[in-house]
Amino acid sequence: MASQEESSQPSDTLTTLKTESETLKTKLEEERAKLHDVELHQVAEKIEALGQFVIKNRRTLKGHGNKVLCMDWCKDKRRIVSSSQDGKVIVWDAFTTNKEHAVTMPCTWVMACAYAPSGCAVACGGLDNKCSVYPLSLDKNENLAAKKKSVAMHTNYLSACCFTNSDMQILTSSGDGTCALWDVESGQMLQSFHGHAADVLCLDLAPSETGNTFVSGGCDKKACVWDMRTGQCIQSFETHESDINSVRYYPSGDAFASGSDDATCRLYDLRADREVAIYSKESIIFGASSVDFSFSGRLLFGGYNDYTINVWDVLKGTRMSILFGHENRVSTLRVSPDGTAFCSGSWDNTLRIWA
Amino acid sequence: MTIKTLSQHGVQRQQMPCLTKMERMIISMQDPDMGIKLRNQRLLITVIPHAMTGADIFEWLIKKFSISDEEALHIGQIFVKYGYIYPLKEPRNLILKVDNSPYRFQTPYYWMSTRWPASELDYAIYLAKKNIRKQGELIEYEKECYNALHKRINHTWDFVVMQAREQLRASKQRRKADRIVLECQEQAYWLVNRPPPGTLDNIDHGPERRTTNTRVQLNADFYKKEIEHNRISLARNRVKSSICLESYVKYCEQYQPHDPIMQGCLPSNPWITDDIMFWNMNCETVSVPTKLRVERWSFSFMELLSDPVGRKEFLTYLEKEFSAENLCFWQACEDVRHGETSKIPGKVDEVYKQFLAPGASRWVNIDSKTMEKTLEGFKRPHRFVLDDAQMHIYFLMKKDSYPRYLKSDLYKNLLARAVVPQETKKSVLPFIHRQRHSSPSPALATQAAEDDGKTKNSNSFKSNSGTASRL
Repeated sequence: MASQEESSQPSDTLTTLKTESETLKTKLEEERAKLHDVELHQVAEKIEALGQFVIKNRRTLKGHGNKVLCMDWCKDKRRIVSSSQDGKVIVWDAFTTNKEHAVTMPCTWVMACAYAPSGCAVACGGLDNKCSVYPLSLDKNENLAAKKKSVAMHTNYLSACCFTNSDMQILTSSGDGTCALWDVESGQMLQSFHGHAADVLCLDLAPSETGNTFVSGGCDKKACVWDMRTGQCIQSFETHESDINSVRYYPSGDAFASGSDDATCRLYDLRADREVAIYSKESIIFGASSVDFSFSGRLLFGGYNDYTINVWDVLKGTRMSILFGHENRVSTLRVSPDGTAFCSGSWDNTLRIWA
Repeated sequence: MTIKTLSQHGVQRQQMPCLTKMERMIISMQDPDMGIKLRNQRLLITVIPHAMTGADIFEWLIKKFSISDEEALHIGQIFVKYGYIYPLKEPRNLILKVDNSPYRFQTPYYWMSTRWPASELDYAIYLAKKNIRKQGELIEYEKECYNALHKRINHTWDFVVMQAREQLRASKQRRKADRIVLECQEQAYWLVNRPPPGTLDNIDHGPERRTTNTRVQLNADFYKKEIEHNRISLARNRVKSSICLESYVKYCEQYQPHDPIMQGCLPSNPWITDDIMFWNMNCETVSVPTKLRVERWSFSFMELLSDPVGRKEFLTYLEKEFSAENLCFWQACEDVRHGETSKIPGKVDEVYKQFLAPGASRWVNIDSKTMEKTLEGFKRPHRFVLDDAQMHIYFLMKKDSYPRYLKSDLYKNLLARAVVPQETKKSVLPFIHRQRHSSPSPALATQAAEDDGKTKNSNSFKSNSGTASRL
């Protein structure tokens, strides 16, 4: 361990530390490469190619007056919550396309929203640096904003939020470079996660048996896996060439996919501890803003900033199809809880359901 | 030509990777051998050199990237929208027409990565030139911009007009073809950087990232922490790629029949046929589950436990085996882990009394080491205090009771009785929609329960609805 002299220039020490960290990173990549004995597409050679299947736009939800930034599904598989640039948060029954609730946040650019597991509340936040929880009331006269509960407080914009397995805890990520776990009831921070070197843009909760980890991605091109109990970063991956806009676990919990401004999506395996696939095409120029897996994990849907949605064969690494329809960049994309459809939200003010 | 704009913080960070890629493609499009064949195009009476048709661009893209017509058109449109290619006919309409319409490559001087953000001063000079050249040539929105600029940078207006006149004078001395080309280039640049109202603004990127205030402090502490993390990571146990990747193949294969987007679902996908039978047959509590659903319980212990019907069935089985307390204990631990912080001490106390205390009514068998550690933790109960004990019991059930359950008559009979729905065909007449029925909102269910005086989080550990409260 290099000893730091108290008398040496602070900048020298910083440079030394930085160099040491970089050296270790290089060593780490070498170690990771040692057990990499086969590529994913090689393993996938023996699998049959997927036949053509049809995905069409089945519903278009119009009602937002401005860019749609985020959306989330309710556990009932048909309701969704969406948030937009003008501060509006809307709860829809996507099946009937009816709007059921609407809240106007006191800030613009509501970049994060989430549906509570019970279906009785939604959480949202954005440029207000906070995450607030709104219980959903069916009393048409009741002003939802009145029952609002401020839960999380960051020092920069809120980029993503999600409930853990219950309505009682929320996980948030922020432009201030940190993630945090909050107790909804008291508004207390239960744990904070430091390690990113710049804005954290996205997060996803692991579907594992022990359910104690989550992954985050940020502007430092890093994806980090965290232990929710200790606040420690368990693993980190730094192979993207630009901001990571979206991270999503593979259904088994053994891997996660990421979408980035470098126009690629990548798959990282947690047990092999390395990147195992890159989903890219020369003709795809713009960044992927949002990714999610189909129910079986065989397909990866990516919403891109060039207004399209690309469907990838996760195992073979090929692009299965490209979906057109949105008239501005796709900002958010989630597959429904039972995998019957996926929803995309866009800067063209609409949300679309595809199946 | 005009005052140089700073390209230090030039283009917003997010744009750079895609602009670099676009520019690479544009350069290869202009490759003398493999690129698009450029020829002279006639514009009225003038001949413009180095031009191509929309069809040329379209075909080159299809061939180069082996993509469909739709995708090629889409990419072509992007190049025109971002000003890398501009139309010679109808220059104000920045779209790609797949026909004989003439187009040209924009000069790198005007590329988005070189001259961004567009300077106000340059725009003022451009509009002044237009205004001087021909009275009334400015379009409505340009007039507004012109007047606004005149107000805003009034102090330099003399300079603006002088520059405009100078540039017009210089251009008069050029050949007509050159002059037209330069005018088109400049016009295209401004159409992209100052789009007319109502058209898409390509420059709009949302809130800035990496703002300098509240940025993470990249100080000694940060790097020390990173070094420590990297050291620990180096020592980590890793699994061979071949093993990991094989597991995806298995997983996808196993779950593919359950993936509605890939293989459809029975009776039908509600989003496609508007028939919600699929959801009704698979709802949280149903008396006869579907075959696929029951099969899925055999994929993993987690699948069984996360399905309320599966959990109920498993509980019934455990009761027969006199080991139901294990599942109840596990559920109680989940409740502690995910419930309200204020209720933790009370709940932990209840758990101890019911499951862990000597002589407890539903005593669970935990090894002494774990028990010791857990009891120690009880002195200051926190959310994760029961984690070790919970995991012990979880793995106990997983290794022992779960495999036996799958072999049991209880499971096998259920599987035999399970329903395989009949396929519902989509309506032959595409415009006749089935009536799309609403469903009761989950919020309504809770409201009703609260009105009845019931509580959301039941204290009964026999509850089979898990932590996501569902009534």
